[in-house]
Amino acid sequence: MSNAAFVIIAIFTLAAALAAATLRKLMHAALSFAVALVGLAALFFLLGAEFVGLALVFIYIGAVAVLIVFTILLTRRDVGKDRGFNWAGVLIALAVFCGLTWSILKTQSLSIVAPHIRALTVKRIGEALMTGYVWPLQCVGLLLTAALIGALILVMEEKR
Amino acid sequence: MSKSIDQVFVNAKQWLLSWLAGSPDWVIQVASILINVFMLLAVFLTLFALISVLERKILARMQNRYGPNRVGPFGLFQPIADGIKMLIKEDIVPARADKIVHFLAPVLIAAVAILTLAVIPYGRNMTPFTIDGGILFFFAVGSATELAVFMAGWASNNKFSMLGAMRAIAQMFSYELPLIITVLPVVMVVGSLMPDRIVSAQAGYTFGLVPRWFVFTPWGGVAFILFFVSGLVESNRTPFDVPEGESEIVAGHMTEYSGFKYATFFMAEYIGMFAVSGLSATLFLGGWHAPVRVLEIVPSYVWFFLKLSGLLFVYIWIRGTLPRTRIDQMMNFAWKFMLPMAFTCVIAAAVWHYAGRGLRGWLWSLFVIVMVYSALSILLDTRRKFGPRVYRFAE
Repeated sequence: MSNAAFVIIAIFTLAAALAAATLRKLMHAALSFAVALVGLAALFFLLGAEFVGLALVFIYIGAVAVLIVFTILLTRRDVGKDRGFNWAGVLIALAVFCGLTWSILKTQSLSIVAPHIRALTVKRIGEALMTGYVWPLQCVGLLLTAALIGALILVMEEKR
Repeated sequence: MSKSIDQVFVNAKQWLLSWLAGSPDWVIQVASILINVFMLLAVFLTLFALISVLERKILARMQNRYGPNRVGPFGLFQPIADGIKMLIKEDIVPARADKIVHFLAPVLIAAVAILTLAVIPYGRNMTPFTIDGGILFFFAVGSATELAVFMAGWASNNKFSMLGAMRAIAQMFSYELPLIITVLPVVMVVGSLMPDRIVSAQAGYTFGLVPRWFVFTPWGGVAFILFFVSGLVESNRTPFDVPEGESEIVAGHMTEYSGFKYATFFMAEYIGMFAVSGLSATLFLGGWHAPVRVLEIVPSYVWFFLKLSGLLFVYIWIRGTLPRTRIDQMMNFAWKFMLPMAFTCVIAAAVWHYAGRGLRGWLWSLFVIVMVYSALSILLDTRRKFGPRVYRFAE
């Protein structure tokens, strides 16, 4: 059951990612990117990490995807234009792919049976965040608040 | 006896699944999911049909008219006539529209609205989809609505559609903050993101009389009102129906939709309204718990749907009473009043918890809320600053 689900979700995600990379219209590419993220979230669900999957949907579909489509809408005049072929992009993609494949093939843990892990409940994540990781959490919070204030200052009207 | 009536739907599902006994595990799982999905759709699409005619009746009553009364007894079959009309209408897609995205937007928005219904506990043991982070699921899935609205507005290739979508997204983003932050005190006090746990934490009665619903604590009462107002905005209802303000931008992101696609948007809006009302009943009004101990013999799902219909009536009532707000006033309200009050609820809930959850905690948290409320009303008082109106346009 879970193997079949994995194959279906993986094909779905890869197809969406491929579409995001190859579609002509930038807006379509952005929307396919959102679909690929839904597939990723489904994979997290399959692994029992529901919180991570939900956070992924929440942040990436609810905020980042909307941000991307708005950026495209507000900055591009030539949304429909052909973008041409980007050789540098291909080179970087190939390099990343080779690097990942190399490091995956070099690991020895592929043959080891995964140890039994406790279910990743929201409660456990919350406890970890509030005890061991409280300083990183506070720092991230501070950074985000600073970013929010910065964004406000950027769009604030100048007093005439 | 009352227990078996209470569990009649659960038992019926078990009985249906017992036919499949002996088949592999995944068959039973899929069958169980399908039964849940089917029941959800059946119940809520019927409720949608019913509420669409009841809303027109109630609005008509408030405006001293008759309302629909031609199809069937008391006009009750009106939704069937409307449905047939919507189905056989011509589906017009603008020539310069993005055909695929234009088609996918109503599909996505309806799917998202129906998905959010899945995590609400409708009665004892009657949550269609039990998940550890149910509340988070609700908001995570619900946040895809914004993308769907954008798709509708962008794909229509129409200035009204785009403006409507921008307005809708702006207001949804602004009010999503108070909506989620007012849930936080409940989650903090209960210590769980599971809707079932939140409902069971509200069981019992203080002095054997007043139910322990969160709406009866100061922080819960304020959070409930804030949540309800944000819910009004999220489901684009009057007085916050700026995205589809007919007098300004035709119908907002739905301008270029006709026939059944328009009906799908309409349905998604109502189902979103049911979901938000259901969640506020779960979070603050004790879910499926009875208000008085004597009435506990009445099945739990009856109580849930009574609370839901009460909230839906208030939605309709507000629609019949209040005019539309202006978008800048609405935004000011969200960021300058709703958000600070939502944070105050979080602090007041903490005060309530640490002062012992009793009368002392009750009074202290009331004190915190009253202080912040009066400070905000003094700060936001604009009565002294009346002057010539300044018009601003998008540059």
